[in-house]
Amino acid sequence: MTNVQKNRLKDQLFKFWGIACTLIGLVLLVIFIGGILIDGLSRIDWAFITDLPSRKAEKSGIWTPLMGSVWILVLTAIISFPISVAAGVYLEEYAKKNRLSALLEINISNLAGVPSIIYGLLGLEVFVRIMNLGASVLAGALTLSLLILPIIIVATREAIKAVPGSIRDASYALGASKWQTIWNQVLPASSGGILTGVILALSRAVGEAAPLIIVGALAYVPFAPQGPLDQFSVLPIQIFNWISRPQQGFIDNAAAAIIILLLITFIMNGIAVYFRNKWQKKLQ
Amino acid sequence: MESRFISEINGKKNYSNTMSDMMSEKTEDAKTEAPIAEKYKLQTKDVNVFYGDFQAIKDISMNIKPKSITAFIGPSGCGKSTFLRLFNRMNDYIEDFKMEGKIKIDDKNIYKDKIQLEQLRKEVGMVFQKPNPFPKSIFENVAYGLKIQGIKDKKLIADRVEKALVQADLWNEVKDNLSKSALTLSGGQQQRLCIARTLAVEPSIILMDEPTSALDPISTAKIEELIHHLKQYYTIIIVTHNMQQAARISDYTAFFYMGELIEFDKTKKIFTNPEKKRTENYITGRFG
Amino acid sequence: MRKIREFIIEKTLLSSALITVAVTVGIILVLAVEAFSFFREVSIFDFFTDTEWTPLFTKKHYGILPLLTGTLLTTFIAISVALPIGLSISIYLSEYAPRSFRKTIKPLLELLAAVPTVVYGFFALVVVTPFLQQFIPSLSGFNSLSAGIVMGIMIIPFVSSLSEDALFAVPKALREASYGMGATRLQTAFKVVVPAASSGIIVSIILAISRAIGETMIVAIAAGQQPRLTLDPTVPVETITAYIVQVSLGDVQHGSLEYKTIFAAGITLFALTFLLNTLSFQIRKKFRQKYD
Repeated sequence: MTNVQKNRLKDQLFKFWGIACTLIGLVLLVIFIGGILIDGLSRIDWAFITDLPSRKAEKSGIWTPLMGSVWILVLTAIISFPISVAAGVYLEEYAKKNRLSALLEINISNLAGVPSIIYGLLGLEVFVRIMNLGASVLAGALTLSLLILPIIIVATREAIKAVPGSIRDASYALGASKWQTIWNQVLPASSGGILTGVILALSRAVGEAAPLIIVGALAYVPFAPQGPLDQFSVLPIQIFNWISRPQQGFIDNAAAAIIILLLITFIMNGIAVYFRNKWQKKLQ
Repeated sequence: MESRFISEINGKKNYSNTMSDMMSEKTEDAKTEAPIAEKYKLQTKDVNVFYGDFQAIKDISMNIKPKSITAFIGPSGCGKSTFLRLFNRMNDYIEDFKMEGKIKIDDKNIYKDKIQLEQLRKEVGMVFQKPNPFPKSIFENVAYGLKIQGIKDKKLIADRVEKALVQADLWNEVKDNLSKSALTLSGGQQQRLCIARTLAVEPSIILMDEPTSALDPISTAKIEELIHHLKQYYTIIIVTHNMQQAARISDYTAFFYMGELIEFDKTKKIFTNPEKKRTENYITGRFG
Repeated sequence: MRKIREFIIEKTLLSSALITVAVTVGIILVLAVEAFSFFREVSIFDFFTDTEWTPLFTKKHYGILPLLTGTLLTTFIAISVALPIGLSISIYLSEYAPRSFRKTIKPLLELLAAVPTVVYGFFALVVVTPFLQQFIPSLSGFNSLSAGIVMGIMIIPFVSSLSEDALFAVPKALREASYGMGATRLQTAFKVVVPAASSGIIVSIILAISRAIGETMIVAIAAGQQPRLTLDPTVPVETITAYIVQVSLGDVQHGSLEYKTIFAAGITLFALTFLLNTLSFQIRKKFRQKYD
């Protein structure tokens, strides 16, 4: 075999290897989700959704952790959205090239890489102890809000960057102030991208267990939270709790709860992708 | 129609066997193909190129003589670059690219599956519009083509690198700094390095896609001189935007318009007495 | 009037941005204060040299080494899975794949990172470990091997996505030059494109390592809760993150030494990831300048 042929063969072999690698993760995911569906699907019925947790596997439902997740989701959205979008707008539209903006930049990039469990330690000290909120939904939501702050800020900046400069010029030319231009032109034009980032960040928050465990969310709460200062559990923690039990019944429960959690995650991701595509088409 | 002016060229060239040439033109697929190989380095026959629904090249047939310089001119988007890139199958990686017709180099159809792409590209070197040295040392840039062929003999590589740099008229400027990054060179030097890089592989055809369009006039002059000098060893095809350049350096000129080959003849003829009105309009600057 | 309004708005936006600085300061302060009070009771020398970590037992040892090796072992296994696969994916997608395939497959790969980690933990414990036990009978029910492998699958998109961006950003002209000399796509990829994109690829690897070090639920579920100084991937270990979860699940008094251990462990974790993130940021900054 000549060198040329050898090189060609290697080239072809790598191509197949590349395809195999690309598909292996996805294939494993599909196999795994398939397995979970087999384990858990038969367990899912209306009662499983609406029942309170119980010491008996077959009587247990996910009502309280599900409601806990909903509370967390809503509160986290309310808290994180205005702060992170405001920060993103500042960095993209106002910040001058100086020390401060360089510092903010490094800082946000670093925060994005801080492990979620560290945010849990922060929340435990600041929200639970110092602000004396206890192991409440509010303390959990505040913690997760800080966690997803850098994600939404980055998404906001990307979205604003994608807005063509001509829109700004047109607005300024008509005598609009900076803020009027941002509020009336830039933000509406970038809303699709921002929304995508927010939904993706929230879907991450819904799947988080570690920081909430640190903050003190419980594996077992008898009732769904009624207000922001109530105790709570969330779906991922309930799943974690069930996985740790030896009985098969709880493993099945965990599989069933995972199906619900994945459903929520994938739907949120799907909505995000939908918004992104729609927005990108509009921009062009 | 194409073969008509090709035979005209031949008629004016003082090759003795013009007749057999015309004969073999007509009997393309007959046994008499062999003699053509000596006459023409590169032949295209009824070449069409499509990108999806868009037809970029329309039915072009053209024969190119060995050790000559052929210039492709025409307004942007006329297909001259696309056509040039057919000769080393550089369009192959473009999605929904489709080609019809025949292209032969040394009488071998280069679009036959049996032809090895990599082998072809060693035979047909290419220099690009913007100097594109690899972010490696000067030496590594020139040695690259040899190394990918699997040549390991260090002495041989060093010799070939030196020879290529000498040929590209760059040796004296860089011989003491071969390990310096190629990116430290000036634009003109970089382009000569890219030419050296191509020469090191020892091709027989060199394709140049507007090689001086990114350079200043002095560097351009140097490259033109170099091209002129290289003609004695290589068959050179150059795409250029600059009509003076085509007139200065080429033996033959082909004028392309909207994917068609309008006229192909000796450079002198094209620039002094073109057959076609459209060629004349372009050359005199009335459009394009 | 308008000027005042614009001024107030700008300062409001600025203060939102400054909250991010407050978060960093808060994290460092919280970790430092609690860790400081921890190190008043436990010598920093013991912390880094003692080979046992048993704060919850009667005979207490406070050596971080077993947790650190547990963390590094699972991380190493995860990277051994994610790096070759992720890099191959990125090269395949940027150098070989048709554009339409690339466009559909990228969001699907991102999905791997979107799956909640507790789900991956379940995967490791309930599927992968029993599967591996068929081949390695001595594999314990909790082990760093399954946890590491599954974590590796999870971080594939971290490696592949960023690396692919870096590869894709390499100017087309360099590829053409290489093809033009008769190089195959593979040769072009490894000799020209990968070296030119190396800083971006290194950043992606560093970020993936940082992500693996900080990952919590997978290891808490599948790797075990037994701090142990070992490099054996078949036995239960405990990572820094898993220890923090373990303590948080129990009933530990605020202000007790046990309570402070999680901050001492936390500051170690934070320091590790902070170093890696800063490194990647610096490389990325340099890399950006190169292409502008």
